Amino acid sequence: MRTENQKAWFFVLPVLALVAFNALVPMMTVVNYSVQETFGNNQFFWEGLGWFEQILRSDRFQAALGRQFLFTFLILLIEVPLGIIVALSMPRKGFWVPVCLVLMALPMLIPWNVVGSMWNIFTLPKIGLMGYFLNDVLGINYDMTQQPLSAWITVITMDVWHWTSLVVLLCYAGLVSIPDAYYQAAKIDGASPWSVFRYIQLPKMKTVLTIAVLLRFMDSFNIYTEPFVLTGGGPGNSTTLLSIDLVKIALGQFDLGPAAAMSLIYFAITLLVSWLFYTLMTKDDAQ
Amino acid sequence: MAQIKLSNLRHSYMPSPKGPEDYALKEIDVTWRDGGAYALLGPSGCGKSTLLNIISGLLTPSEGQILFDGQDVTALPPDQRNIAQVFQFPVIYDTMTVGENLAFPLKNRGVDPATIKRRVDEIAEMLDVTDMLGTRASGLSPDNKQKISMGRGLVRDDVNAVMFDEPLTVIDPHLKWKLRSKLKELHQRVKATMIYVTHDQTEALTFADEVVVMQEGEVVQIGTPVELFERPQHTFVGHFIGSPGMNVLPCEAKGDRAVFEGHEVMLEGPTHGDGGRTDLGIRPEYVGFGDTGIPAHVTKVADIGRHYVVSAMVGNTALKAVTEHSVPEPGSQVFLQFKPEQSRVYRDGWIATEERSQ
Repeated sequence: MRTENQKAWFFVLPVLALVAFNALVPMMTVVNYSVQETFGNNQFFWEGLGWFEQILRSDRFQAALGRQFLFTFLILLIEVPLGIIVALSMPRKGFWVPVCLVLMALPMLIPWNVVGSMWNIFTLPKIGLMGYFLNDVLGINYDMTQQPLSAWITVITMDVWHWTSLVVLLCYAGLVSIPDAYYQAAKIDGASPWSVFRYIQLPKMKTVLTIAVLLRFMDSFNIYTEPFVLTGGGPGNSTTLLSIDLVKIALGQFDLGPAAAMSLIYFAITLLVSWLFYTLMTKDDAQ
Repeated sequence: MAQIKLSNLRHSYMPSPKGPEDYALKEIDVTWRDGGAYALLGPSGCGKSTLLNIISGLLTPSEGQILFDGQDVTALPPDQRNIAQVFQFPVIYDTMTVGENLAFPLKNRGVDPATIKRRVDEIAEMLDVTDMLGTRASGLSPDNKQKISMGRGLVRDDVNAVMFDEPLTVIDPHLKWKLRSKLKELHQRVKATMIYVTHDQTEALTFADEVVVMQEGEVVQIGTPVELFERPQHTFVGHFIGSPGMNVLPCEAKGDRAVFEGHEVMLEGPTHGDGGRTDLGIRPEYVGFGDTGIPAHVTKVADIGRHYVVSAMVGNTALKAVTEHSVPEPGSQVFLQFKPEQSRVYRDGWIATEERSQ
């Protein structure tokens, strides 16, 4: 006998409506813009895939995409190993556990734009504490408003400061779930500290690490507020990441067609890379 | 392989223990013969796992010494004691194959590849896992995982002792006896000293040549399964081993007799000592029914398959008897007969009668 309970719809419908209004409808509007040209007065002309072609061919887009990949690659390269190292060095029990956890969570509680402003003031030459210290105490020529390299170092340091905690907390959760017997067995088997990490801790952290890498990839690939507030994309275009460029085209130049096409390409890349990461990292479990 | 001697061992988890109640282990003195199969039996929290971890070196005792073949190893870390330990939950290295798991302890000790291969093949054959050597260990069933963790201990031929910490906890009931007989077989083949911690009397009694019964951090009795059953040294042993456990009945001691609820009971021999609380201990198996004896009122009869467990009241004291036939009706009056050579008096829990010399 089959009884169908339609009540479930009442619980799903509000979510569906919400998602429709804040995601599906805006997204379809973007799709709509991406294939049309307008000169105002609500007059639209069919453009086909023209905007997509133009964006993909443009040097400006390619350069921003390159910067975006470089940025994401660098922060993953730093934050993931650093997060693992910090998590490994945190105490497992005792008085310091809550202290460490709260300290770790603090940077993540600060709003994005505040992080940007903080680091901007902190690193300004002459006024900022770090800017002053580097230039006038250590004698290093550092100016993130003038030198692309300094700007990059600052943007990356800021992101590492803001988000390594996420990797740390996720890894820590994975680490504390390992039963003591594993460490005891490893001791009896005569395993070296490296073997303990390689064969016990790393495999047990794998699931949380997958989540950490995915979250950090998506967040860093779509990053906007912090570098925008910190450098505004400068000096020149040196820290103009994809999202900053996109906002410039959409709201600065008001080129709605190209901006719509660009955001769809942007979205597709994010989705594709996330899928790739996920498939690669969970491949071994499938057997 | 080695003889293991624990001498004046005490352990407390507190930094500065005061009274005996602060000790998880109070005064342990045991010698384990080389190549013997021993079980540490006791209820949860009696200190048996603490004792095991002290022997393997995962814990350092507060006081006392551990000697392997007369050599003091108290200060040595686990990997230098050449012991193996199998834990309650199977510990396997998920990312390695079964073969790599078995080879791991040898590899860490820098054994040459040819010897590793020979030893792994030998152990795999012993454990019946030869056909799994190439598969990833993470996908195995719990009983096979537990076999692999056992194998990692046995693969080293210099192993002094193999320790088991309730190894069958997560194994399905129908596989338990299989693994248990495998263990027994392994013991006969490798001849290593084996120490098996459990709170399950069946496991302890079937595995071990000698059982160490522990209670609240103390060794109450060491003996063969038969000795523990036939002549418990402490009411705790009598009660803990056997199903149902020994009847412990308040009584008065008078020479070679005990007076229980106004009835005189012949004992196995004369009692010694004075004062304290005296109890009459007799196993339900040795309480019989007859035409004369101690009058009792049957309250309940439980059919547990091979025999019946009869609950009865003598005066205000409840006791149990086990019988295979001549089952009385609940509610009826019966006469109980206590087998004299199995009736003993316990003073403050400890045995206080002497075995009559034959």
